[in-house]
Amino acid sequence: MIRTLPQSRSYSIGFKIYILLFFFFLFAPLLITCVLAFNDSLFPALPWKGFSLDWFFSDGPERVGIFHDQINLTSIWVSFKTAFFVAIFSTVVGTCGAFLFEQEEFRFKQLLYFLMLAPLVIPGVILGISILLFSNTLGLFFEDRFGIDIGLLRPGFWLVVLGQFSFITTLVTLIVSAQLKKFDYTLEEAAMNLGANRFQVIVFITLRFLKPALLGATAVAFLMSFENFNTTLFLVGSEATLPINLYLQVRDGSTPVINAISFLLIVGTSTLAVFNLFIQRDRSE
Amino acid sequence: MSTLGKATSKLPLFIFLTPILLWLFLLIVLPHIDLLRMSFRIENDYGDMVWSVSNYLEFFREPIYWLTFTRTALYAIIVTFLTLCISLPVAFYITKVAPPKFRGFLSLLLLMPFWVSELVRIYGWMILLRESGVINHFLVEWGILQQPVEMLYNDVAMTMGLVYTSMLFMVVPLLSVMDSLDDSLIEAAFDLGSNMFTIVWKIIIPHAMPGIASGSIVVFMLSLGNYLTPNLMGGKNALWFTEQIYNQFIASFNWNQGSAFGFLLLVLSSLIIFIGLRLTNQKLSKVVQ
Repeated sequence: MIRTLPQSRSYSIGFKIYILLFFFFLFAPLLITCVLAFNDSLFPALPWKGFSLDWFFSDGPERVGIFHDQINLTSIWVSFKTAFFVAIFSTVVGTCGAFLFEQEEFRFKQLLYFLMLAPLVIPGVILGISILLFSNTLGLFFEDRFGIDIGLLRPGFWLVVLGQFSFITTLVTLIVSAQLKKFDYTLEEAAMNLGANRFQVIVFITLRFLKPALLGATAVAFLMSFENFNTTLFLVGSEATLPINLYLQVRDGSTPVINAISFLLIVGTSTLAVFNLFIQRDRSE
Repeated sequence: MSTLGKATSKLPLFIFLTPILLWLFLLIVLPHIDLLRMSFRIENDYGDMVWSVSNYLEFFREPIYWLTFTRTALYAIIVTFLTLCISLPVAFYITKVAPPKFRGFLSLLLLMPFWVSELVRIYGWMILLRESGVINHFLVEWGILQQPVEMLYNDVAMTMGLVYTSMLFMVVPLLSVMDSLDDSLIEAAFDLGSNMFTIVWKIIIPHAMPGIASGSIVVFMLSLGNYLTPNLMGGKNALWFTEQIYNQFIASFNWNQGSAFGFLLLVLSSLIIFIGLRLTNQKLSKVVQ
């Protein structure tokens, strides 16, 4: 049954095979996507026709590699910008949230905490349409009442940022709160006894202690934003983010350039994941 | 902690509270109130917007809508159950059976694919399963099939895709809950002559219940609200409810009808989460962490 107990041969072999199959199931789609990015073929399919970097570097006309593919490059840039702003905003507000719920006492705290968790259990699609509706209502209101047209409230870059921010901030709050729970408050009290005010304590002591969690939360927020599809789908304007752009291409038939992008994404996210892991390892030591 | 707050001014409280209130009210509360309001509005014959429940009546009148709705809920339940069945042995193996030195490596390996965008993962499955796909290529080459067959665009492929996509959210809570299970309980049961079935049923599952509940709730919610997987892997005629919402919003531009659908989906999702929490006696704040 477990390590310390005697196991029958068939049990342990059977279990090993199951685990092997499970990991094969997990990695097969990713591996095949990466491998086919280097296939010298016009379609993302077998047979293997030889190794080629065409889908990365070729500049057309028959094959346009990712580094010459203007539409895809633009969408990658848009996703980077979106993820950058979402990561910054949600880290700042999420940290405020962590301090608020861990260190402050006020009326309706439980209710507000419950509200703060809500974005996690609202399906992304619903979050997307609600924000679309509300921004549209606000836009109409400002136009009717004051005759001003606010571009910010129409589907587009900033609305996507707001939509993703609305649920990613909850994640950041939870990550930072978890770390803040482990904080030794005698450190704050000591600093205050020595004459520091609340903000000096936060800046010089608490935030310094939280730094690994903040970096980790920023990385998670960046990734979540970079990959978000459901909420973005309804808020996107003329500037498509990478997932939206990829979705349109995958739906309407695909070329190996998508494999090339996927390969870069897999390498990029794995790097970020390993980076995040190192931060957490530093913290535990 | 509270003494700290009271010892100094109220200023920190307001500085922390303001952005949180702005965020929650402007981006969560008010938009959802607007969603509810819009779902009760329709355009009358004169082109004016009036209050009405006809958007909801429409949902019950047209079988395609409520059938899609029930279908989506049923499939989300199936997906949750399958994910649980696949993940439970994996979590058990990693925490209890595998040599401890491989533990960290195996859990890391397990999380790796989920850092990659859902779209990339689904695309991988599409390359594997479709008619010109990799699996068909090998099956034909090895003489198992004469002709390639289309394995994509059906309910089985879609269910598998959903299971694959949401696996992580089941495995992680299960890993942590299994970790806290004391080995000596299993040893004691074994010494007293229990067979494997009894151990699983009487010790492991009851102990893992909090993890099972939180994993199931998250997986169910994510499957219900998923758009990509059913859209790219499911059959062209079998809709997912989120696709109905998308169609109302983007294709027919009937935002009021779409709002009603959205609100129904929100109610279903919240209801199931509520029931799940009640049945297992848990708090939402515990589950999401």
